[in-house]
Amino acid sequence: MSIWEYANPKKFMQTSAWALPWAVALTVALLVTGLVWGFFFTPDDYKQGSTVKIIYLHVPSAMMAINAWAMMLVASMIWIVRRHHVSALAAKAAAPVGLTFTLIALVTGALWGQPMWGTWWAWDPRLTSFLILCLFYLGYIALWSAIENPDTAADLTSILCLVGSVFALLSRYAVNFWNQGLHQGASLSLDKEENVADVFWLPLLVCIAGFILLFITMVLMRTRTEIRQRRLQALLARERVA
Amino acid sequence: MRALLIRDLRLALRSGGGFGLGLAFFLILAVLVPLGVGAEGGTLGRIAPGILWVGALLACLLSLDRIFALDHEDGSLDLLATSPLPLEGAVAMKALAHWLVTGLPLTLLAPGLGVLLNLAPPAYGWLALSLVLGTPTLSMVGAFGAALTVGLRRGGLLLSLLVLPLYVPTLIFGAEVVRRGAEGMALGTPLALLAAISLGAAALLPFAAAAALRVNLR
Repeated sequence: MSIWEYANPKKFMQTSAWALPWAVALTVALLVTGLVWGFFFTPDDYKQGSTVKIIYLHVPSAMMAINAWAMMLVASMIWIVRRHHVSALAAKAAAPVGLTFTLIALVTGALWGQPMWGTWWAWDPRLTSFLILCLFYLGYIALWSAIENPDTAADLTSILCLVGSVFALLSRYAVNFWNQGLHQGASLSLDKEENVADVFWLPLLVCIAGFILLFITMVLMRTRTEIRQRRLQALLARERVA
Repeated sequence: MRALLIRDLRLALRSGGGFGLGLAFFLILAVLVPLGVGAEGGTLGRIAPGILWVGALLACLLSLDRIFALDHEDGSLDLLATSPLPLEGAVAMKALAHWLVTGLPLTLLAPGLGVLLNLAPPAYGWLALSLVLGTPTLSMVGAFGAALTVGLRRGGLLLSLLVLPLYVPTLIFGAEVVRRGAEGMALGTPLALLAAISLGAAALLPFAAAAALRVNLR
């Protein structure tokens, strides 16, 4: 039993069909718990008032926006090295989800920034890197949709994902260098003294877990759709030949 | 490799159009910006480093799709791919040819246009140096983007979208060098990083671009 068995589309479909209802149920449970707890059962911050509650959407979606790209990078590498179709399709399926998380992070950040910093947008390193990440997602999705042959598209987007990751990291540090920002530093690290207080931290943790599961659920669903689409195309092609 | 380089240079110079367009664009930008911004109050001098770098970048962007598109149309790209010369070498030569007809003239032209934009006197040398170090990256990244989109009929827009985020680090460090040069600050760090990105791109991107070309020619 090795992990590569899941590269077989049939095996993947079977396993994901079994796992999907559980994933959906768990996602809903965690998100409802975390968001309700966060929105209604935590105190207002003494400085920020109720706006602090945006954190329950902002932080998890920002984390997942970056992690989704990392997952696409791994899937792309697997496609390039071992040429498993499921892997390429999973990367394709993850991209719009990641883009959505990026947009959620940007929009909630703007809504939070307006009352707190007095501006919707600032050219802050973190904000700028997210804008650049958003461009990377857009380019990646556009390249997928521009190429007709699925294998060519998978190859080219994988190469783009690899090169893009290097440049995304470069940009991340370049913008740090370029401008000092308004955004606060990391305050959720496990090894730091100054962190968010536990009242906010626990529901946030639940929300983060919920967003991770939401991402997994969506990628599973979308990958299943992609596989079915691929099968449909194969059937149609066979019918045209016959 | 030398033959390929000379051929590309000849084609670029004699066919006219495409590559001259970049220079013309840069010139137009440097003339129009002062008219739009207004010449008073030192604003122009302050934004000059950024304007010059953005102008050079956009001028480069204009001619990117020509790196492979013409050769792909008439089939000579297939011949190149089957020739004994490694495709990585061919890609590097094509990027070099692109740099020689866009990046290098832009670099030579830029200090002249700096005068139009009231660039501070100490910055001229740094402007030229930063462009010499930075524009090869623009050409190399552009060759990579062009290799990705070579098979598409209307790849131009997609090419710009793909290449845009890849240009960000170069632009930031390049403009930062000139800005610090203009204000007389220490600029060793951005200069070194700019050079590092260029060297890294020149060393690694030919492989990525050649891989993309092989996929597209399959």
